[in-house]
Amino acid sequence: MASNPLTLFDKIWDAHVVTPEAAANPATLYIDLHLIHEVTSPQAFTVLRDRNLPVRRPDRTLATIDHSTPTLKDEDGAPLYVNAQAKTQVATLLANTAEHGVETHGWDSDNRGVVHVMGPELGATQPGMTIVCGDSHTSTHGAFGAIAFGIGTTQVGHVLATQCLLMRKPKTMAIELTGELVDGVTPKDVILAIIAEIGVGGGTGYALEYRGTVFEEMSMAGRMTVCNMSIEAGARCGLIAPDETTFDFLRGRPHSPEDFDAAVDQWRKLTTDEGATFDKIVRMDAATIRPMATYGTHPGMAAPIDAPIPNPANEADEKALSYMQVTAGQTMAGQRVDRVFIGSCTNARLEDMRAAANILSGRTVATSVRAIVVPGSESVKAAAEAEGLHEIIMASGAEWREPGCSMCIAMNGDKAAPGELVVSTSNRNFAGRQGPGARTVLASPETAAASAIAGVVTSVAGLAS
Amino acid sequence: MSNAPLTTLTSRTVVLPAENIDTDQIIPARFLTVTSRDGLGKHAFNDWRYAEDGSETDHELNGEAAKASQILVGGHNFGCGSSREHAPWALTDYGFRVVISSEIADIFRSNAVKNGLLPIVIEKGAHQWLLDHPGADVAVDLIRREVRLPGNGGTYRFDVDDFSAHCLIEGVDELGYLDGQVSAISDYEERLGK
Ligand code: SF4
Repeated sequence: MASNPLTLFDKIWDAHVVTPEAAANPATLYIDLHLIHEVTSPQAFTVLRDRNLPVRRPDRTLATIDHSTPTLKDEDGAPLYVNAQAKTQVATLLANTAEHGVETHGWDSDNRGVVHVMGPELGATQPGMTIVCGDSHTSTHGAFGAIAFGIGTTQVGHVLATQCLLMRKPKTMAIELTGELVDGVTPKDVILAIIAEIGVGGGTGYALEYRGTVFEEMSMAGRMTVCNMSIEAGARCGLIAPDETTFDFLRGRPHSPEDFDAAVDQWRKLTTDEGATFDKIVRMDAATIRPMATYGTHPGMAAPIDAPIPNPANEADEKALSYMQVTAGQTMAGQRVDRVFIGSCTNARLEDMRAAANILSGRTVATSVRAIVVPGSESVKAAAEAEGLHEIIMASGAEWREPGCSMCIAMNGDKAAPGELVVSTSNRNFAGRQGPGARTVLASPETAAASAIAGVVTSVAGLAS
Repeated sequence: MSNAPLTTLTSRTVVLPAENIDTDQIIPARFLTVTSRDGLGKHAFNDWRYAEDGSETDHELNGEAAKASQILVGGHNFGCGSSREHAPWALTDYGFRVVISSEIADIFRSNAVKNGLLPIVIEKGAHQWLLDHPGADVAVDLIRREVRLPGNGGTYRFDVDDFSAHCLIEGVDELGYLDGQVSAISDYEERLGK
């Protein structure tokens, strides 16, 4: 046992402290990888320009376009922007990164994608790193055993200019899942159950570490789904210790280290030492988790699809139920569905596309439902098409779109109409997130696909019966 | 880019009691296609303040009293959700300098401080008092780290880390501070071969 046992988070944090934290100042933390996109970077580049500062480390910066980008193209293959402002925003990013020599995956790149899908695919996301992006779901990259968190635009400017951030160290929380998952329970269900357990503010001030065999046995895609939603429990980051699954995923990717074996030797040290203490430990029994759906207007308002919606605890809950047009005691199973969205950095990887196609295969989307499937990146799209998944998906009546954030944030024109109920594989069900008045139900790709077929919210098991 | 210094202020409060007010409510995503940070105040809480046809609702944020206010009191867990800095930009452009709640989400808090908006997490009792007395004249003293409620509402201390307080009081920004560490950063890069 190490003399001073440390958590995984502590080890990575300590290795990145440039100037230690004191009462009078936060720590200056070095950032290994800075991901940028069109929405949260323009004002930061303006600050750089105003102060006549260069990007300190263009080689540690990686850019894509995903949020404002359309998922439809015209006959000539030109993107159909929702408005001129969105088009300008994308053009601004491309101009800024060209000016500063930052590797950018724009329209002409085979790797363009939702920033949190693209980073890992390129092998840019690596164990032991500190990773930031002006997007709260940066926590996704924690799946590789990295400290990864979302930052605001001012901080994007800080990192562009200095490759550092000012930060106070958060506390640590272990989420320990014991036992085995039952069949049909997906990583999305696991994280929704965890958030329902600890609450949307439960992780505030903490870095989470997900521990236990359930996570060890999970694929990288599943781990990314889990870490992605750490922020929905209020935690800025969530991480999982890297292991063979992680190393296998990273081997041979464009940004993977040249001396890969040497890197792996270092990465193996990235585990929480035996005897290390967390500020808080939450234990849950994996066997109790069931396929989940949200019934309210924040991700903590989630329950098993067939379980009765709980009585509202307060006025906010009451408002949420009335917004969602559901009442306590009903189940989400059976609620009429208008739209289905399968996509987002939570669930738009190849594995998710396969899961959806598997359910849609040989079945038809209900006539009352409009379903869109949006791959997370150009690579996911190409890989899915190579397997013929797009044909299965389109044959079912669902649409197969260009990669991007799409209805996760509904700022590119893909959105639901007021009052429509959307079963969505994304991460936020806030009022109006998918369009003013739209009602969002968060669930796994499997549940979303099954609900598209049934025309009502249903689990896969419910579909079979 | 520095912010107006903030030391003490007294203002009527605007109270939005809903819990878990997320940044999608503060500034809906469809207003994020801007490439500048100015002028977002008119879209602060857009979907609460405007009907579908764009006309103003009777929401209190459309009233003159709210527009003159500098203190926003929000329900528990204010500012959760997306990391968009457009949220504090919208609030400061609207006119707020202080947000008070019994819990404020991490990223929002960090973004707020950087934009001259003071986030105050206050104890439950005082928070309840504020929720129960919308429009009260409340004094915020960043030097003494106190919120003073009128009448016999009492005086409450709040925590703010020294560094954030310094930046707010002086109206300085963190980039200047970080820029001052350039040689430490270079040393670090060299030492670790980064
Ligand atoms: S898919 Fe959604 S959560 Fe993910 S980066 Fe895009 S907008 Fe953010």
